[in-house]
Amino acid sequence: MTAAAVTVAPAVVVDRAAIRRQRVLGVVYLLMASVIAYFLTSDVKEGATSTFLLKPAGSASAISVPNLVVPSLAVVWLAAGLCAALGAVQLIRGFGSRWAVVLGIVVVAFVFAFLTWAAAGRSMSLIGILQLTVQKALPITFGALSGVLCERAGVVNIAIEGMLLSGAFTGAVVGSATGNNVVGLVAAAVVGGALGGMLAVLAIRYRMNQIVAGTVINIFAAGLTSFVAARVLGAHRELNEPEKFASIPIPVLSEIPIIGPMFFSGNIFMYLLFVLIGLIHYGLFYTRWGLRVRAVGEHPRAADTVGINVQFTRYRIVILGGIVAGIGGAYFTLGSTGSFVQNMTGGRGFIGLAAMIFGGWTPIGSFLASLIFGFADALQARLSILNVAVPSEFLLMVPYIVTIIVVAGLVGRVRMPAADGQPYDKG
Amino acid sequence: MKLELRGITKRFPGVIANRDVNLTIEPGEIHALLGENGAGKTTLMNVLFGLYQPDEGEILIDDKPVRFHDPGEAIAAGIGMVHQHFMLVPVFSVTENVMLGVESTRGPLQQRLDGPAARRRIVEISESHNLHVDPDALVEDLPVGVRQRVEIIKTLYRHSDLMVLDEPTAVLTPQEDEELFEIMRSLKASGTSIVFITHKLNEVLEIADRITVLRGGRVIGTTTPAEATEESLAAMMVGRPVSLIVEKDEAKPKDVVLEIDDLVVKDDRGHITVDGVDLEVRAGEIVAVAGVQGNGQTELVEAITGMRPVLAGTIKIAGDVVRLTPRSVLEAGVAHVPEDRLEDGCVPGFSIAENLVLNTYYRPPYSHGVQLDRDAIEASAAGLIKDFDVRTPSVFNRIGNLSGGNQQKVIIAREFSRPVKLLIAAQPTRGLDVGSIEYIHKRIVAKRDEGAAVLIVSTELDEVFALADRIAVMYQGKVVDILDPETATPQQLGLLMGGSRPVSIAEAEAAGELTHVVTTDV
Amino acid sequence: MSEPTPPQATPATPPPPPAPAKPAPASAQRAPAPAAPASASPGEPASLGQRIRGGARGLILPVLAIFSALVIGAIVIVLSDITFFDRLRADPGTALGAALDEVLGAYGALFTGSLGNPGTYAAAFASGDLEQITRAFTPISETLLAATPLLFTGLAVALGFQCGLFNIGAEGQLYLGAIFGTFVGFAFTGLPWFVHIPLAIGAGFLGGALWGFIPGLLKARTGAHEVIVTIMLNYIAFNLVNFILKVPGYQREGRSDPISKVTIDSSWYPPLVEGLRANWGFILGLVAALLVSWLLFRSTRGFEFRAVGLNPTAARYAGMSIATTTIVAMTLSGGLAGLAGTSIVLGVTHTLTFGISAGFGFDGIAIALMASSKPRGIIFASLLFGALRAGATPMQSITGIPIDLVVVIQALVIMFVAAPALVRGIYRIRVPEATGLETFSQGWRA
Repeated sequence: MTAAAVTVAPAVVVDRAAIRRQRVLGVVYLLMASVIAYFLTSDVKEGATSTFLLKPAGSASAISVPNLVVPSLAVVWLAAGLCAALGAVQLIRGFGSRWAVVLGIVVVAFVFAFLTWAAAGRSMSLIGILQLTVQKALPITFGALSGVLCERAGVVNIAIEGMLLSGAFTGAVVGSATGNNVVGLVAAAVVGGALGGMLAVLAIRYRMNQIVAGTVINIFAAGLTSFVAARVLGAHRELNEPEKFASIPIPVLSEIPIIGPMFFSGNIFMYLLFVLIGLIHYGLFYTRWGLRVRAVGEHPRAADTVGINVQFTRYRIVILGGIVAGIGGAYFTLGSTGSFVQNMTGGRGFIGLAAMIFGGWTPIGSFLASLIFGFADALQARLSILNVAVPSEFLLMVPYIVTIIVVAGLVGRVRMPAADGQPYDKG
Repeated sequence: MKLELRGITKRFPGVIANRDVNLTIEPGEIHALLGENGAGKTTLMNVLFGLYQPDEGEILIDDKPVRFHDPGEAIAAGIGMVHQHFMLVPVFSVTENVMLGVESTRGPLQQRLDGPAARRRIVEISESHNLHVDPDALVEDLPVGVRQRVEIIKTLYRHSDLMVLDEPTAVLTPQEDEELFEIMRSLKASGTSIVFITHKLNEVLEIADRITVLRGGRVIGTTTPAEATEESLAAMMVGRPVSLIVEKDEAKPKDVVLEIDDLVVKDDRGHITVDGVDLEVRAGEIVAVAGVQGNGQTELVEAITGMRPVLAGTIKIAGDVVRLTPRSVLEAGVAHVPEDRLEDGCVPGFSIAENLVLNTYYRPPYSHGVQLDRDAIEASAAGLIKDFDVRTPSVFNRIGNLSGGNQQKVIIAREFSRPVKLLIAAQPTRGLDVGSIEYIHKRIVAKRDEGAAVLIVSTELDEVFALADRIAVMYQGKVVDILDPETATPQQLGLLMGGSRPVSIAEAEAAGELTHVVTTDV
Repeated sequence: MSEPTPPQATPATPPPPPAPAKPAPASAQRAPAPAAPASASPGEPASLGQRIRGGARGLILPVLAIFSALVIGAIVIVLSDITFFDRLRADPGTALGAALDEVLGAYGALFTGSLGNPGTYAAAFASGDLEQITRAFTPISETLLAATPLLFTGLAVALGFQCGLFNIGAEGQLYLGAIFGTFVGFAFTGLPWFVHIPLAIGAGFLGGALWGFIPGLLKARTGAHEVIVTIMLNYIAFNLVNFILKVPGYQREGRSDPISKVTIDSSWYPPLVEGLRANWGFILGLVAALLVSWLLFRSTRGFEFRAVGLNPTAARYAGMSIATTTIVAMTLSGGLAGLAGTSIVLGVTHTLTFGISAGFGFDGIAIALMASSKPRGIIFASLLFGALRAGATPMQSITGIPIDLVVVIQALVIMFVAAPALVRGIYRIRVPEATGLETFSQGWRA
């Protein structure tokens, strides 16, 4: 008997869910356009201009960067029109694979319209907001990097918040006690690593549910730091006055307009972060260590059968994640405000997790995502100074609302490590 | 290498998986390890491979005792294992998977991955043994047969002298089986010993040099193909004479109960896996869907049972277009025995009684309004476990504590305890012992004789031939042909499952569809 | 053509023994599923003897957990005294003695602050003066008072756990309940108490339910993991409270600090005993526990919750709607937490300020874990934690030890309860896997 091969053409199909998503997004764009058109044009005077300062006040740079001056009303209407047009197209046809780019454009247009409105008839330090964005993004990114490390190996790290808090506390106290902020930084790293070890032991050795273990560590860290702060730091003020790290502008690079003041004029934490992002990216995707870590996170049994020690790998990386988070926590005190205040991290650890998800579990993606959250944070800080007609409490909510939107919108679109969250049972 | 397992005993809580097992593999031989599900074959190999530690006994390689504390040591000693469930990371490429654990590196600290070097070796190996793969392909994009080749390359990459193949043919068509056997012979010729774990008697007789039969964790005996027949092997495996045929009467099909028209369904990754399927099942007949796993059968069943949205086409049950949610499908008289009993078929943390009302709890007599009627549930459960011969001390026992066979019986009891117009059973006897298999086959045939339409999905050709009144073969999302089990042959089935359609050359030429000609001995 | 081969006797895949070695990550995700009771299998009516033995066995773990937590807490107290090491070097004996005194003093204050001072009881009963006797019971009254919101949040979180959901947002839901309940409390005049109180309770439930509905809906429709969403909603709720306390219609007249109007006394929970602060809110909590128990174990809806919590895929195959179950469970859970909020504003403070909840929402998590998400255990666990809280304030005022110590102790208790192996390891005893916390979780996937 002989056989022949035959092919048939596939049927044409229609994906209803995708169309629904497309339409919802289109309506959202149109709604944003209406919000701009209605709210943001109301009390803007004819002929008013918004001035955006693009060079930091007091900058010693020789390069002069002109201010961005725009006609307020025109810009706002333009933004509204753009959003409306894009919304209409999105509703009718959609943008196919470029939908994310369009979403970005609409968001940028909306934000810019908002800033223009807020600065109508006045000037606003846009560079200030951008600088603050990067600064606010720093601790979030440290948190996200900690999450990336742990989750790539398959361990969910909810305890980032507690690690940040402990890092902040340790950095301040040890930095004050020893008079040396570098020692404080190192101590913060060590404490972070210890908490990481605690998480590792609970989750790996004692097979505790990882989310519960993380929550326990958060509560424990919050309680312990508050307890010691109340008991000791109140009476001994001198233990809570560490020397902050000074900013170190990088010659030449810090002179570049806009980018320079944003990324190359910070303190040691910023540069540490960049180094860390590079190292983790290279490590995870180009080295043997990284291949094994990712294998453990995707398919621990397969890794086990080729001789990789799954538990040991996870222990090591969770401790490393703790160290990273500890350093990030030290930023709050040694890099930013100076003294420790109870619960000063305010949820940044969880926002870091959201940034990690948004960033697709990669270091660079996490940084970019953190910038978005940082921007929300910075906006909130600056706008309340500007006495914008929005209550400050609502501005404070912005980072959290953005996080919810991001998390709700992206699940299923990004690929997480397959064995994330599952303890490995050797049997 | 010469491998000897001496007196290996391995215990788990509540069960002795291996009992004083003695096994010798001579250098360069293909040794088959035969036994039914639960006999202890995989456990034994896991002990050999260092995944488990034996409670008693020792392992000797070339007459020297060795002890493997983890797979790394076993691999270093030259033992390679191709697992039944592939140990491949789906998102990694073939090269990354093959070199995982023995990565080629360069640069400072020996950390930077050296992809090209690994790729070169992989190509070398694949060419010398006819194991063609694309080193840069992502494993998740590869079909099952190719993934198996990757697993074999993995072991060869590590210079194994002894290769263990655990149920390698479970996922292959008969034609692919032949290709695998060729590869095995080629490996044997180059000096590799092979341990071939299987439960398929005909394969064992075809390829093995020696055969060892395990039953209940013990070695029953070692023999050769010359001295054994399928019947004698089956008897050794099961411990009693086995009737290898299912008794069943002629089918008397009546009205159409399930009617599927031009069905199109996508899988989780967005690819079309059911590509225009037409199928009919009548009351009083058993239609078996045969095919290698991954050709759309799973998604087909999910679509019928309302678990997966339908992109195009219609499904009619008893003449009506049913709203395709699991509950309405169940209420339309469909009974469903899912493929994965622990994951999909029952709630392991619930008791047997609770599992028995898993899809009827919201109706009288099991509940009145919002409140459950515990007594009614308990009484009904007691009756059902008697009718369906479920071995358990009490109906309140957690279903997770039961054996696989008893769990499946509970699921079947649950599904059969409602009026059933259409029974859908996917891989109904996967992983079960012979006694349970016989029982379940009997009950399925009985259901058919009561007038239900039965749709079975199975990758086991023997089960398909035994139960089916008609066989529908699925390949790449389509039903490529419907065969009569009385006249069809496994070879025909195999060709269809592999995508080739057995036609005469003249027919193909006439239709203008002749692309190439494959001649097989049939 | 060769003969058709006769049917094989045995088909495919032997399952690997005990350890489920699944190649694909298929384990169901979610929150710690509650345990089967130590004695009986699910659903089985246990004999009295079995129940007593089971109860005793089930108590070992929590008792040891509390004990270990107290020991570590003691170490924290001692070590956080920065003069300790100097004094230790100078005069070890006295330093250790002083440390012991401090610890005993702190725990003693904790004890008498929560349960009462034996001396005070004796004197009060001896005197026969009703007022004095009543006053002697003040610590117990404070314990009940502190236990009430914990009872509600514990039930809230437990309900979530039973359905496989992590409700970390009980804190925010509590505040929403408080906002709504306070509003009804001061906005409606001239209502009799038997109308006003139920109305206020209903409003509180509604507020919390709303805050639970949002993450439930998002999880059901988009798969957004409820851990992040509920935590974010907590922060949003905090800001919402701050905002609303400055809105003219809500803020108390004549005050510039964030404090709400005083609620009308027809909306206040009546006290259990005249002269003590403990009120009928606690009884309401007990009723709620009963209702939740009925819901989970005797109703069809509860059957669905538990099935979805233990194995959502099988639940779907059996026809249950995971989306509906998720939304209903989160909404109910939020409502219960909202009732915690009303129990505070209507039972204790009679007004809303920002600090009314000192982490009751998070304690709810601890309580649910300790009780393996079973309502009966929740009653006891909330009494325990209520005692700790009630005693903490006098402990701080008498001995100066900050109340945050109690937070540390609670965290340690959770840790020990959630990892029985840890307790086993420390004390080298056989501790039953009483919590039965399933260690499955699928990370962020829905």
